[in-house]
Amino acid sequence: MRVSLTVNGVREEADVEPRLLLVHLLRDRLGLTGTNVGCDTTSCGACTVLLDGESVKSCTVLAVQAEGAEVTTVEGLSSAGGELNPLQAAFQRHHALQCGYCTPGMLVAATSLLRENPSPSEEEVRHGLEGNLCRCTGYQGIVDAVLEVASGGGAR
Amino acid sequence: MIPAPFEYARAGSVEEAIALLGRHGEEAKLLAGGHSLLPLMKLRVAAPPVLVDIGPVAALRYLRDAGDHVAIGALTRQRDLETSDLLAREVPLLRHAAGQVGDPQVRHRGTIGGSLAHADPAADLPAVVLALEATLVARGPAGERTIPAGEFFRSIFESALAPDEVLTEVRVPKAAGRRWAFAKFNRRAQDWAIVGVAAQQVDGAANVALVHMGSTPVRAAEVEAALRQGAGVADAAALADRGTDPPSDLNASAGYRRHLARVLVRRALEQVRG
Repeated sequence: MRVSLTVNGVREEADVEPRLLLVHLLRDRLGLTGTNVGCDTTSCGACTVLLDGESVKSCTVLAVQAEGAEVTTVEGLSSAGGELNPLQAAFQRHHALQCGYCTPGMLVAATSLLRENPSPSEEEVRHGLEGNLCRCTGYQGIVDAVLEVASGGGAR
Repeated sequence: MIPAPFEYARAGSVEEAIALLGRHGEEAKLLAGGHSLLPLMKLRVAAPPVLVDIGPVAALRYLRDAGDHVAIGALTRQRDLETSDLLAREVPLLRHAAGQVGDPQVRHRGTIGGSLAHADPAADLPAVVLALEATLVARGPAGERTIPAGEFFRSIFESALAPDEVLTEVRVPKAAGRRWAFAKFNRRAQDWAIVGVAAQQVDGAANVALVHMGSTPVRAAEVEAALRQGAGVADAAALADRGTDPPSDLNASAGYRRHLARVLVRRALEQVRG
């Protein structure tokens, strides 16, 4: 069936099987391979994208459920020139990644978190990133990076 | 993991969803946020031939002050519950518990109606609506009926809904000023509860409901009765696993769950008693 949606600001249309998962539409049909598939069971958060501005796990959304929606993947977080956005730059500064597999999902989840709560406490950042697992145990750097870009610097 | 093939139909309204369910009978499953159903379909534990997607029915996403209760549309997201000022005032237990479901991504998609209709005894919200003595509203071809939460959960993944009925609203009695507690024990923040407890103060006693202590969410009836008869917290909590039938699985044996229930109920009652 036909599905039309906007991905990173670009209008896309595809003919899909109803069982096609959003993450596979993004990766295999649209070539946006920044979004990773990790656990494939709604646990690890590697496949997190924004759906109408909110973080979701794209391994647990059917492509047809995104009909008419706006999707943002990690590729859509930075400008077309490839310059890092402030959150991405903070991840780099704070060594918030080691192998990098969880990073696209972490960045998107943190983007959603900061939209909902622009000046989170450290505890709120940790609670807000509960849906994303990092197996290199890099959480401290990730939390530091998110707190740095949060307005107010996360001092409270 | 890819679900087995299915036919997909998008319903634009509750009436359309009822008609589609009527046409496809037991073959069809309703899809709301999909965060209970799709994981099961990916594991092929569930393989419904037809999915009727009611996700786009915006008319079922609301929280309303309805006098003595708060009326909640079945497609209200867990995130909506977690951030509701109305619930903060009138039903703080539900607001808090909704914020403990899964993780933020799950709560952005998961709906209250989907969670209740799925009737998973390991889910948080079914036990919460039991403790709150909510009323569920279902609509089918013959019209609307109301079902007390205490009669809604029948078995694992089985509710009182007929195959052609849609859960449309959850009516939660206002509970402003009543003390409450919600506690769950799990291994990772986002996991299902190994055991959970929802409790709310009522007239010197408390309603107490348990997560994952049987094939449905259950009220800890003996705890409640003991409290009504004036028992102390410790004595009442010691009865928490009476009348339950907890499962043994990868995470915990039945005996461990019974122990957890007694401990968590004691902690919850300490909070409720203040």
